[in-house]
Amino acid sequence: MGTTSKQQQTSYQQVASAHNPPRPIVKNTVRAFLVGGVVCMIGQAIQWLFIRYGHFSQTDAGNPTVAVLILLSVIFTAFGVYDKFAQWAGAGSAVPVTGFANTMASAAMEHRSEGFVAGIGANMFKLAGPVVVYGVVSAFFVALIRYLLATTMHIKLPLG
Amino acid sequence: MQSGWTFLWAFLVGGGICAVGQIIMDKSKLTPGHVMVILVVAGAVLDGLGLYDPLIRFAGAGATVPITSFGNALVHGAITEAQTHGWVGILTGIFEVTSAGVSAAIVFAFLASVVAKPRG
Repeated sequence: MGTTSKQQQTSYQQVASAHNPPRPIVKNTVRAFLVGGVVCMIGQAIQWLFIRYGHFSQTDAGNPTVAVLILLSVIFTAFGVYDKFAQWAGAGSAVPVTGFANTMASAAMEHRSEGFVAGIGANMFKLAGPVVVYGVVSAFFVALIRYLLATTMHIKLPLG
Repeated sequence: MQSGWTFLWAFLVGGGICAVGQIIMDKSKLTPGHVMVILVVAGAVLDGLGLYDPLIRFAGAGATVPITSFGNALVHGAITEAQTHGWVGILTGIFEVTSAGVSAAIVFAFLASVVAKPRG
């Protein structure tokens, strides 16, 4: 009895994997490239507007540009547009900063019914949290290594 | 520096970073969350080696919009502050540059969750 069900299980897995379509890697990659590229070009256009009309310097214009992109992303998320777009674009919508804002807004919206503190507050960083945690941890050690190299061995790596 | 070429390079470099993320996701079958973590750590390490700033000067928003720039900006804030305030600056400076992005995302996401209903 036991062996039969195990045999059935393995044969089922073989059949299932044979019918499982392979991931369309080339198509996914082309889509991610095109969408990610367009999002970055929109960012470049916003940055140009800040430099041209807001009198920001090339380096200072980065921060308000990111804030505008985040606002746009949250608005599209609130209207349910971003997630449909994300299904098509894959990493092209997830990798830009708009994807980071989308995970925060959608997690907050999804858990709204559980309350302001236990719902919105506790779940906003559910998906974005790992990026913040490992970003900060890795940045801490990278900065520490550079600091120690500079102070103890007088090795100065270029910055900026 | 701001010219039509920057737009082209922003498209190519930004699209390229997203394509790399997609390839990692498809080849390794990792979740999007894992891929985002890999990219943000990669950005931090590249800035530690002094390689991310030349990329920003070359590709503009193509380098500042992908999540790799979050790692870069965290390191940048920490190192800049450490140069003036010593080792404590690493901790006080880490969110210096990214404050605008993180604050904007928290505030806007909160407002969205108050006014909008989730859609399937």
